[in-house]
Amino acid sequence: LIPAIVVFLYLATVLYIGIFAFRRSTGREKAEDYFLASRSLGPFVFLFSLFGTNMTAFAILGSSGHAFNNGIVTFGLMASSSGLVIPLTIFLIGTRVWALGKKYGFMTPVQMFRDRWECTHIGTMIFAIQAVLLVPYIIIGIMGGGTTLYAISNGTVPYWFGGALVALVVMSYVFFGGMRGTAWVNTFQTVLFLAFGAMALAVIGYGMGGFQAAAEGMKNSPLSWLLTRERISPYYFFSYTFIPLSAIAFPHILIFCLTAKKMNQFKKTVIFYPLCILAIWLPCVFLGVMANRVSDISEIRQKQEARRVLATQGKTMDPAKRDELREESGADDVIMLLLHRYAPLWLAGLLGAGIMAAVMASDSQILALSTMFTEDVFAFYGGKRRFGEAVQVQTGRLFIILITLFAYAVALRAPETIFELAIQYAFSGYAALSPLLIAALFWKGSTKWGALAVTVWTAFAVVAVAVFQAVVPAPAPGPPSVIWSLGGTEVLSRTPGGTAVFGFMPVVPMVLISALLMWVVSLLTRKPTRTTLAKYF
Amino acid sequence: MKSILLVVAVAALYILHQDIWFWRSSHLVFGFIPVGLFYHGLFSVAASLLMWLLVTFAWPSHLEREVEETRREDEPA
Repeated sequence: LIPAIVVFLYLATVLYIGIFAFRRSTGREKAEDYFLASRSLGPFVFLFSLFGTNMTAFAILGSSGHAFNNGIVTFGLMASSSGLVIPLTIFLIGTRVWALGKKYGFMTPVQMFRDRWECTHIGTMIFAIQAVLLVPYIIIGIMGGGTTLYAISNGTVPYWFGGALVALVVMSYVFFGGMRGTAWVNTFQTVLFLAFGAMALAVIGYGMGGFQAAAEGMKNSPLSWLLTRERISPYYFFSYTFIPLSAIAFPHILIFCLTAKKMNQFKKTVIFYPLCILAIWLPCVFLGVMANRVSDISEIRQKQEARRVLATQGKTMDPAKRDELREESGADDVIMLLLHRYAPLWLAGLLGAGIMAAVMASDSQILALSTMFTEDVFAFYGGKRRFGEAVQVQTGRLFIILITLFAYAVALRAPETIFELAIQYAFSGYAALSPLLIAALFWKGSTKWGALAVTVWTAFAVVAVAVFQAVVPAPAPGPPSVIWSLGGTEVLSRTPGGTAVFGFMPVVPMVLISALLMWVVSLLTRKPTRTTLAKYF
Repeated sequence: MKSILLVVAVAALYILHQDIWFWRSSHLVFGFIPVGLFYHGLFSVAASLLMWLLVTFAWPSHLEREVEETRREDEPA
């Protein structure tokens, strides 16, 4: 129970930081202060909070779990591609959005889109799609909280209670502290989980008697494929470089870009972002792979056995049994199991707090949704004018409570693993929305109808992929089930992990078709007025 | 010329991400790090260096100037 107590202390600290931020803001019931911390964040807080808000439960739990079952490919798939694409988009898009926010007072991406393309209800539609896609991200945080507390306490704290506790703590400091509280907590959390990777690597490495023997043993075993990428298609690997395009299109990241006091603060963020990713992901992926050499943890042996049965007998099983085995082989808790086995109790608690820090990154998403609702809906449709700014802030706070309760209710029922849920819906959807930003900021010829086409297409594609995967059961590990082929070319396939279109993940055609639609529809429709264009170009 | 070189550098790094040359190798660097993982670790360091180049040689300082000008115009005389 000691590790769980350390984690509870951590949660209390985080709550205190949020309340402290609230006291700092007392008497300033202004929307810009609550939702954007008065655009005043300094360089240190800006770097760590922006990075921290992008690192969710899967940065530690999902990455090690994915690496346990898929090998070192996990790092190349998500981490190193993000290390290039995300800072690049912050450099190109984040800085421009910051400048526009300072000049014209925008607080959300939709406010900018409405102004840039002279639209009203199309903006509301973009808000709706963004909001729907953001909710899974919030759910991930709560699921991660439940999983982590359950694992840290060795099953003493049930999943429902852990999830509820995390939801309550996050809701409280976002409710009271707004953006200032969220940014401070994120900074504290980022420092914690940056330290986590190195500490976990050292402790577990020492416990395992060094990694050399484990790595050599794995190289000479039937599991040597985990040290390579031989089971992953190069098309699949390439597809993943499209996923990090989602980061800048996530409203919470773009809204965070508006909080910097000066544009110079982006410099450190852009340069250090790839190194921060390296510091967290490399140890977690490595440990996830090495966990396969641990033979004295029964849960790990059970996961390996489920994976083996799935690989050897999966083809002849019914889909329900396959899903059951997939669930059993799911390894989001593998790093917790390693800590239990190798770390002393007090250190397991500290490291557990580091994991909680990553898990609780859903705070920014909750705040972003609240900002979007109050600015893009409440204020836009006259609420601010009729009831005043203080009521607008209170509405935002009420929204925070409602969205957290909703996310918690869903988290109790959602059966998917953290990693799959995030990737399949939110990330692909937001990546497909990224052409909106590029067109708004870099192409004079883009129009609101082009933006509408992108939004409708994104919604359609996300639903289509979800329905397809619900209707067609996932095959056993190995070659995909080809659903539609044309002249010998596989057009649409159901893979063990999702869907493939011409061998690529759906995110590739989703982004390319989005860009194409923006281009074609904009060419055919009327441009905004010269006055508006002069504000942007 | 500077901009073209930077665009080429970004494109080159993007292509280098698809490292087909270590695809099937299970060689262990320093006796314990799989070479595919080591390569992508170095790739992350290279991405950071590239970002430093972008920030140093292609920083959009005109945006800062525009913000300053707008602020001065908005201030009461």
